[in-house]
Amino acid sequence: MYGWVGQVLRINLTNGTIKKEALDQAEAGKYLGARGLGTRLWIKEVGPTVDALSAENNLIFMTGPLTGTLATNGGRYNVVCKSPLTGAMAASNSGGYWGPELKYAGYDGIIFEGKAEKPVYVWINDDQVEIRCAEHLWGKDVIETTDTLRAETDFDAKVACIGPAGENLVKFACIVNDYTRAAGRSGVGAVMGFKNLKAVVVKGTGAVRVADPDGFLEALTKAREMVRSHPVTGTGLGLYGTGILINILDQSGGLPVNNFRDSGTFPNADATSGETLAKTYLVRNKGCMGCAIGCGRIVNVPDGPFKGFGEGPEYEAQWSLGADCGVDNLAAIVRANNYCNELGLDPISMGATIACAFELFEIGAISEKETGRAIRFGDAEAMVELTRQTAYREGFGNELAEGSYRLASKFGHPELSMSVKKQELPAYDPRGLQGLGLNYATSNRGGCHVRGYMTSPEILGIPEKLDNLATEGKAGWTKTFQDLTAAVDSSGICLFLTFAIGAPEVAAQLSTATGVECTADDVLKIGERIWNMERLFNLANGFTKDDDTLPPRLLKEPMKVGPLKGVVNKLSEMLPEYYKVRGWDEDGRPTPEKLEELGL
Amino acid sequence: MAKVLMIDPGKCISCRTCELACVFKHDKEFRPSAARVNVVQFEKEGISVPLMCLQCETAACLKVCPTGALKKNAATGALEVADDRCIRCKMCINACPFGNATFDAVKNRVLRCDLCGGDPQCAKFCPGGAITYVEATSGTLAKKRAYAAKFKDALEVAK
Repeated sequence: MYGWVGQVLRINLTNGTIKKEALDQAEAGKYLGARGLGTRLWIKEVGPTVDALSAENNLIFMTGPLTGTLATNGGRYNVVCKSPLTGAMAASNSGGYWGPELKYAGYDGIIFEGKAEKPVYVWINDDQVEIRCAEHLWGKDVIETTDTLRAETDFDAKVACIGPAGENLVKFACIVNDYTRAAGRSGVGAVMGFKNLKAVVVKGTGAVRVADPDGFLEALTKAREMVRSHPVTGTGLGLYGTGILINILDQSGGLPVNNFRDSGTFPNADATSGETLAKTYLVRNKGCMGCAIGCGRIVNVPDGPFKGFGEGPEYEAQWSLGADCGVDNLAAIVRANNYCNELGLDPISMGATIACAFELFEIGAISEKETGRAIRFGDAEAMVELTRQTAYREGFGNELAEGSYRLASKFGHPELSMSVKKQELPAYDPRGLQGLGLNYATSNRGGCHVRGYMTSPEILGIPEKLDNLATEGKAGWTKTFQDLTAAVDSSGICLFLTFAIGAPEVAAQLSTATGVECTADDVLKIGERIWNMERLFNLANGFTKDDDTLPPRLLKEPMKVGPLKGVVNKLSEMLPEYYKVRGWDEDGRPTPEKLEELGL
Repeated sequence: MAKVLMIDPGKCISCRTCELACVFKHDKEFRPSAARVNVVQFEKEGISVPLMCLQCETAACLKVCPTGALKKNAATGALEVADDRCIRCKMCINACPFGNATFDAVKNRVLRCDLCGGDPQCAKFCPGGAITYVEATSGTLAKKRAYAAKFKDALEVAK
């Protein structure tokens, strides 16, 4: 095969069997790889109502046909399983080098079934695959685990592992590969921890081949040129990382502040910005395999209470551990973000859950009896310490480990969880970005910006500037963004490229790599198929149109400060139209005609 | 004037694009383990160094080659391996003090940089300017210019 390497590993952790299976070419053609194909393979084999923390919940690591090639930023893979945080499908995307390495070893993906009796790790050295004891690694953080495993296997091996958070079944634990890149959201790390699977170590010396090398080179060269000459991907993201957005969102008035209570500008936002990071703690930029952008931040806080070396934070973490908690201490944000990397936590859900706890404390719903100390917005020290405690479920961290929805519900205020489908919202206030609010509400994995990044047209003006407060036409835009994103995620390339390139460039790279002719329309159709498949899973799992909503605060309480003061999200003006453009009925169910059109 | 490859690890973002571009140029496939350039990563310090053969004038590999399989390309200055003359003795790999010649067990051949015949793909695709292919005059050497700028600054202050 071309693009794909044509083989999938199936590892049953209950009985220790390892099988190599041919990749299902028909399914790969329909769902590409990574997010799409991973989800398809999960759904085919596992029932939707299975408990997320049970041996039946398969954990799938899947690359895409462009992963490991010179395509614009083909460094990505996805982890797919049912999410313990949301109960929806989790498809978490990560970069680094691990995904490409898996393909060089000869596998498009790995399906983990069952549950190991004791902690294990898997060592994949080309065609040699073994399950090994990991008892000596249990409890160790990501850095020590990665170091130890490379010493035990091969210095050049790539490691994807969980930290203490995954072992302790923190509902938003992530899987970290190559020390600092993470399949971050929806608690995929908890599922790995439940399976007693500490790490997957890979070394590969094989090749990824493409169908039409000359055509592929031409397509990727054109796409790379577009990426390098675009102001966002060619200049902004490299210079200041994704954190360049802090000041942009603050100035446009769409920055959520203090658990969205005091949105949309943050006093001293610049102190937490990408520009300030570049002037203070930034050591160097970093890119994933084949990256032409380099948005990664290698940082070092040289001294003080938050001293430490690491990678990140990127924009979402800069906000969640910053403005959302009322914290403007960048060193503290870096420290908490380092904890997230080292201990294996999703920084978005982590920061947002702490922000929720701060508000619960301020209204008196929780007290020092539960928290052990006063915790209020702006308390940098508390934010950092609670992050650490959460990974170990220590003290009040045990409550935070359940995520903001379960936390707020337990203490009588579910409305203070700024989440959709129980997953915490990221760093854009949907009152100020109407279309993004629609995307949040309809996202198949709950609160998420990278399912349909409406910030791009609504704030950045890419591909064209839309009125961020208007609701007209947002349904169609949201659908297109969601569909394109699903296809991009499933190709194995980085979503950030879509600032600069579109469906035609993705299609050209896919066609020449796989040899399967694919137009821009086909790309969007594949994306739509994936979106509807995810939707069907959620519906079968008990989700209804009532779950396509936003926290009441964002629908009722006007923004408090800044240029967008006074606005709310007008979801009800957009949702019916969204169902219509999606070809769904009034209850948000795909119609039989739509399913037939998509081959579902 | 012959051009030379220059590396500036300070600009390397660890993306390994050079490895992918290198192996694709030579083999039309993506197999970084057969790349003639490697990005050596020091994760704990956040430093990465792209390394490849920089074409020694007095080359140890050339001296130890028993069959004359290594020949200098007059146009580019690159030492190229003639696979049909190479007996895979691997002496060149052992002789190179930099580790810049390697052996590809999969395809049974010696790997070393051949400057892609004068258009090195690593430099062409490097997104950060960590690998450049430049005229070997002092005026074009970025490091020398950067260092000279310090003298300029000092002299300006002195004025």
